[in-house]
Amino acid sequence: MRPESEAELAEMVAGAGGPLWLRGGGTQGPCGAGAVLETSGLAGVRLYEPGALTLVVGAGTPLAEVEALLAAQGQRLPFEPRDARVLSGAAGAATIGGIVAANLSGPRRVQAGACRDFVLGLRLVDGAGRILSAGGRVMKNVTGYDLAKLVTGSRGTLGVITEVSLKVLAAPRAEATLIVRGQGAEAAVADLCRAMGLPWEVSGAAWREGPDGPERLLRIEGLAGSVAYRAGRLAEALPGDPRLVEGAQSAALWRGIRDVDDLAGGQDPVWRLCLKPTDGPVVLAALRAAGLEGRALLDWSGGLVWLAVPGDSRADLVRAATARLGGHAELVRAPEGCTVPRLPPPSGAAGRLSAALRAQFDPRAILNPGLMPA
Amino acid sequence: MEMPVPDPAVLACRPQLVARLRAVLPEAAVIDAPSETLAYECDAFTAYRCAPLCVVLPGSSEEVSACLKICHELGVPVVPRGAGTSLAGGALPTADCVVLGVARMTRVLEVDLANRCIRVETGITNLAVSAAVADAGFFYAPDPSSQLACAIAGNVAMNSGGAHCLKYGVTTNNLLGVTLVLMDGEVVQIGGPVPEAPGLDLLGVICGSEGQLGVVTEAWLRILPRPEGARPVLIGYAGSEVAGACVRDIIEAGVLPVAIEFMDGPCIRATDAFSGAGYPDCEALLIIEVEGSPAEIDEQLEIITAIARRHDPVELRESRSEAESARIWLGRKSAFGAMGQINDYICLDGTIPVSALPEVLGGIARLAAEAGLEVANVFHAGDGNMHPLILFDANAPGELARAEALGAEILLLCVAAGGCLTGEHGVGVEKRDLMDRQFAGVDLEAQMQVKDVFDPGWLLNPAKVFPLGLSAGRRAGAGGSAPIAPGRDSPAIFGER
Repeated sequence: MRPESEAELAEMVAGAGGPLWLRGGGTQGPCGAGAVLETSGLAGVRLYEPGALTLVVGAGTPLAEVEALLAAQGQRLPFEPRDARVLSGAAGAATIGGIVAANLSGPRRVQAGACRDFVLGLRLVDGAGRILSAGGRVMKNVTGYDLAKLVTGSRGTLGVITEVSLKVLAAPRAEATLIVRGQGAEAAVADLCRAMGLPWEVSGAAWREGPDGPERLLRIEGLAGSVAYRAGRLAEALPGDPRLVEGAQSAALWRGIRDVDDLAGGQDPVWRLCLKPTDGPVVLAALRAAGLEGRALLDWSGGLVWLAVPGDSRADLVRAATARLGGHAELVRAPEGCTVPRLPPPSGAAGRLSAALRAQFDPRAILNPGLMPA
Repeated sequence: MEMPVPDPAVLACRPQLVARLRAVLPEAAVIDAPSETLAYECDAFTAYRCAPLCVVLPGSSEEVSACLKICHELGVPVVPRGAGTSLAGGALPTADCVVLGVARMTRVLEVDLANRCIRVETGITNLAVSAAVADAGFFYAPDPSSQLACAIAGNVAMNSGGAHCLKYGVTTNNLLGVTLVLMDGEVVQIGGPVPEAPGLDLLGVICGSEGQLGVVTEAWLRILPRPEGARPVLIGYAGSEVAGACVRDIIEAGVLPVAIEFMDGPCIRATDAFSGAGYPDCEALLIIEVEGSPAEIDEQLEIITAIARRHDPVELRESRSEAESARIWLGRKSAFGAMGQINDYICLDGTIPVSALPEVLGGIARLAAEAGLEVANVFHAGDGNMHPLILFDANAPGELARAEALGAEILLLCVAAGGCLTGEHGVGVEKRDLMDRQFAGVDLEAQMQVKDVFDPGWLLNPAKVFPLGLSAGRRAGAGGSAPIAPGRDSPAIFGER
């Protein structure tokens, strides 16, 4: 099904006799069993005011189109969404609606915030077929409940997003990355966290097992003079003798971290662990001690751990080790025939409240069933 | 403004209620003497008042839970209260409610500099959070102008903003997690120092829910390293149109000032006369502040002043010292005091798209003239959050009503321009009855369905946010009744004991 308008979509959802799988660009991989509902017919730029840092687009609008539009005005999406195709191996072109539905946020989340922090409002058709509007197009808005936040990241389980209004920001004129080689995850994360606590506005803080050994990376963006000044202060403040990479080279490095290039290719299961930043190396050490070998990439100054595990996903081990530290683990790339749920259910009262909210918006439980356990 | 008729059954259970609350709280934490509950009869929205059945000031999440359990069992509405600084009547009691204040819960529970966060009890003031981490070089970014007095509880409830949110965002962007006590007494942890939680973004909908989903007793907040320095520039223009164009060009140039404040002619003249800030006599004044090292500040201000000069300013004053910076901010920071000295005022906070600024300012001036009232404008121009101050004389019969009617017209103008009713103060009771002008019925129904999940009996702050007519059925289920419309400030509005 490929609706061309909100009204048509509302009819389709209201009349659906069974599960509906929502599909934006299909970059996260194949859908489950049931009818597929594509959002590509709900595309187009509705409003773009660079001077107000505001963009309103149809949910089916391809990300690439949005990024090109913004770039022409020297602006960008600050939350740096990941290109999911690199890990999923899927084809297709990401849509804005898909990104908002998954709350996809890249390395800059540590400084600028997540996708959800830039969603000013959205429109959706909920599971009951109602056309709803939440939030608006202005930056400061506390009028009523913030349903736009609730819908962002709900992975289509509350409704089909049809339109999104976003806060955008200027793209920086300069960027630089400081790279220090040879540190293990633990020492590197201590430095990354320290860097985040200094006033030099670090906008990327990662650690990777690079081709020439492990490296810790810190990114700074802004006006040219300011970038040079802050890079200097940061180099003074932290141990090691950093190599400075600037401009397009720096941008390419962070594209690789954003998309998790290091773990691309092959069929090994890939985990995405969210933890308190200082717990990133702790969980890695715990998993290694339990005999789990795998390649890792740490982002968000340690708060995001990407882990490729050879062979079996070792779901019980990974989930238990992460949960012990108060975090959670998402299985982003699963081996064929894998029955492990991609996402863990939220526990306790949060789980109960989530389930009850979903019943309000999708009373027949037809939207993306099973994708996000409640 | 209407409030629900107090439930006689609830009024009648007062002795039993107070006795049961006393059994779970320390003696001083239950306030029921009429001379003392009077202190809680309103918040900073003082036009409407009503003393509650009683006030409880629990000292922990467990005590909050015990209080809520009792109120839940007896079907007594609860109005949560932070520091009582709401400008929208968010903490306005009804005669048949218990006011639950978190003022005794002010502890800092955990400071985690490596993970840039702090866990606090929510009775702590906004400024005290920054003070707790100041020695380590950190601060808490959202800075509502009441930050010396306002509590984090209220900041979370209203999703408070501030002058510096153009760069740092508002409360929701700086809130990592909460301990929430549900109306039935269940204590729930939502979020925390881990960047994302599985499942729906419950934290996102709790923040800004005006105390209607639960009582937030503890909060994890993001703290940030304090910038090296900050410096403002003052730019005067002959009109708001050109000032608006200047703001737009600065933002389009890719500079992100930490604050862009705007004052119009009436506001400039009143504040200057009051504070002696030495502002130029003109129709639009911008105060733009940037942050960083001295060299970084120069780099940003060079771009900003170059743009400002292209628009032919009446005056452009760059600060060269701390003293000059303070003088530039002096008038802006005393704007509300200056207005208060002239007359009573209502402060609105509708937000508009920045591009609609000149058109909306023109519209406000026209509406004010029609109403025969003066309006001064001071606001956060970077994000379009207006603050029209409607001057009136509270002692002149009928003037408050005229000022309120003008306020409603102005807010509807903001909505029509593509904006919203409230950017940072919240809906409370003040803007409750305009909600159906911004939202379709189905959208408000969807929001109320969220409350149904968290507070099925509609006992938490029930008469706020949603037009009474829309919420009547749900509140009736909770033991309430249909609204009445008596006269203002009459004790009969809320019923007399």
